[in-house]
Amino acid sequence: MYAYSEFDKNFLASRNAQFRAQVERRIAGHLTEDEFKPLRLMNGVYLQLHAYMLRVAIPYGTLNSAQMNMLAHLAEKYDKGYGHFTTRQNIQYNWPELRDIPDMLDDLGTVEMHAIQTSGNTIRNVTADHFAGAAADEIADPRPVAELIRQWSTDHPEFQFLPRKFKVAVTGSESDRAVTRAHDIGLRMVERNGVAGFEVIVGGGLGRTPMLGKVIADFLPREDLLPYLEAIVSVYNLLGRRDNKYKARIKITVHENGLEKIRNLVNERFVDIKARFSGFDQALLDEINSQFAPPFFKKGDIAIFEKSRTQDPVFRAWSDTNLHAHKADGYSIVTVSMKAHGATPGDASADQMRVLADLAARFGHDELRISHEQNVILPHVHKSDLPEVHKILKANGLGTANIGLISDIIACPGMDYCALATARSIPIAQQIATRFDELKLEHEIGELKIKISGCINACGHHHVAHIGILGLDRAGVESYQITLGGDHTETAAIGERAGPGFSADDIIPAIERLVEAYMELRQSDEETFIESYRRLGLTPFKAALYPDANAIAAE
Amino acid sequence: MPHHFTPKVVTANALLEGDVVYLTNIDTWTRDLKDAILLTDEADADLRLLQAEAQTGIVVGAYLADMKDGPDGPEPSHFREAFRRKGPSNYAHGKQEQF
Repeated sequence: MYAYSEFDKNFLASRNAQFRAQVERRIAGHLTEDEFKPLRLMNGVYLQLHAYMLRVAIPYGTLNSAQMNMLAHLAEKYDKGYGHFTTRQNIQYNWPELRDIPDMLDDLGTVEMHAIQTSGNTIRNVTADHFAGAAADEIADPRPVAELIRQWSTDHPEFQFLPRKFKVAVTGSESDRAVTRAHDIGLRMVERNGVAGFEVIVGGGLGRTPMLGKVIADFLPREDLLPYLEAIVSVYNLLGRRDNKYKARIKITVHENGLEKIRNLVNERFVDIKARFSGFDQALLDEINSQFAPPFFKKGDIAIFEKSRTQDPVFRAWSDTNLHAHKADGYSIVTVSMKAHGATPGDASADQMRVLADLAARFGHDELRISHEQNVILPHVHKSDLPEVHKILKANGLGTANIGLISDIIACPGMDYCALATARSIPIAQQIATRFDELKLEHEIGELKIKISGCINACGHHHVAHIGILGLDRAGVESYQITLGGDHTETAAIGERAGPGFSADDIIPAIERLVEAYMELRQSDEETFIESYRRLGLTPFKAALYPDANAIAAE
Repeated sequence: MPHHFTPKVVTANALLEGDVVYLTNIDTWTRDLKDAILLTDEADADLRLLQAEAQTGIVVGAYLADMKDGPDGPEPSHFREAFRRKGPSNYAHGKQEQF
């Protein structure tokens, strides 16, 4: 993975020193909150409902064991012993004190991590396929490109005050695990006549006005990437609306101006910018590429893996759901579920983080990934090591076999923490997971994505869930609205609203009726929820959700 | 329709810790809602808020929050303030045990 250069180290040290001085001036009363707020946001510091929150970037979701151990250290020393992995592959600490945050940032600096541009109207942490560098279906590892974009966008002088935040996601696979269609810019690696390039998608986003991104360039040569990105962001910077926060994202700019106009402006700007790129970016990319060389994959007998599968049903169930195909023979990608039934999705204790770091160091070529689905990935594990890895995970509350199933729920922090939330998300996720665990049905139900957001900003990606849940405040009561038929993959779709919302007490039985209906409606056990939904449409599912016709009439 | 003022407390977050705090009748800050002063007069509430906002070295983000009068002092009339009083529902971080 990428190792900081002297320049990077010096930049980060000076930036941290600068923020330390800003915090000191705030505490001493020399800066007002209005002056301090944009400064703290640029460094990932929010003020939430109950405390400050520090959001630490995990670039393209990649960590090594030393970094994971540092995250554990921060959780223990400055927080309440845990951290929360987010839907943007970051980690949030919910309880730091203001005075401690500069120390936290210095600690992070020792393992080449930071919190820069995890907030504010800037280009945010670049996300990527969490199976990058390991997936069997990958054209190329997207992380070197993501690192190049991170370096280009960090402290980019032109893009520190964009009309609104700006999110970029990259994938190197046909299968889209990075939700590229729901980002301001999505990049898909493609090949044309043996030449590597990108499909560039622009103007996607969830939130108040969900939109799928549109293809602005179907094939962009690899070497044109940075000048082209700069062209897009600079066009947006001038054209994006600053009069209305809710219309400020590039999805609205594209929608209001039309894709053709934006494309023409970008192409015009590109010619200008490209001429000023000396080729340094490509030299840098080559250098970055060499740091992402795949590890040396061992060859070995996998008999013990097969034997464990036969003899240990718990291991077999786990390996059925939590393993994915690796590009190297004899290897698997392990997804560690951070969704034990009844636990907070995405939360990890300091001890669990240390266990994960240790497993990565011993069995995983020292690599870890955080997925936007709030799980932790050991991307390179030899199959002969899997029984031992599973045993250790299980002993530490990390052995849940539910990846892709109904209890593998994405949930934003919601009103338990977030100052923007209109309702809670976490308890709904906990109750759904607990309920379906009691029913012992989730393996029978099969692949089903539930995603929960506690407000319209949609951090929980509810629009692209098979079953999306949006928590709202309806006349002073928490109310949960269901959307159906969303899809976060390469066949991306925005879900349809099913009807009136449910109270916190009624939402779990409603989900249960919906899932029961699906199991009755499906043509075979192999037909997934989303396949049934696409075949049948909203009507039969709506009937299950609202058995009382009056409820529909009252909508 | 005449303007109807509902009772309120002045609340904010502590600058250093971020904790939820409430203004008391002697214009100090408490972490315990039942010790907060319930403001029933609009002009008084507005003035106290202005004074609270001026305490930039102690608190952040002061605002007036709707409350109702309970047997042990002010009580939240909206769930958001109930969660602010109680803390998150997924962990017992201390505060919850009182409720």
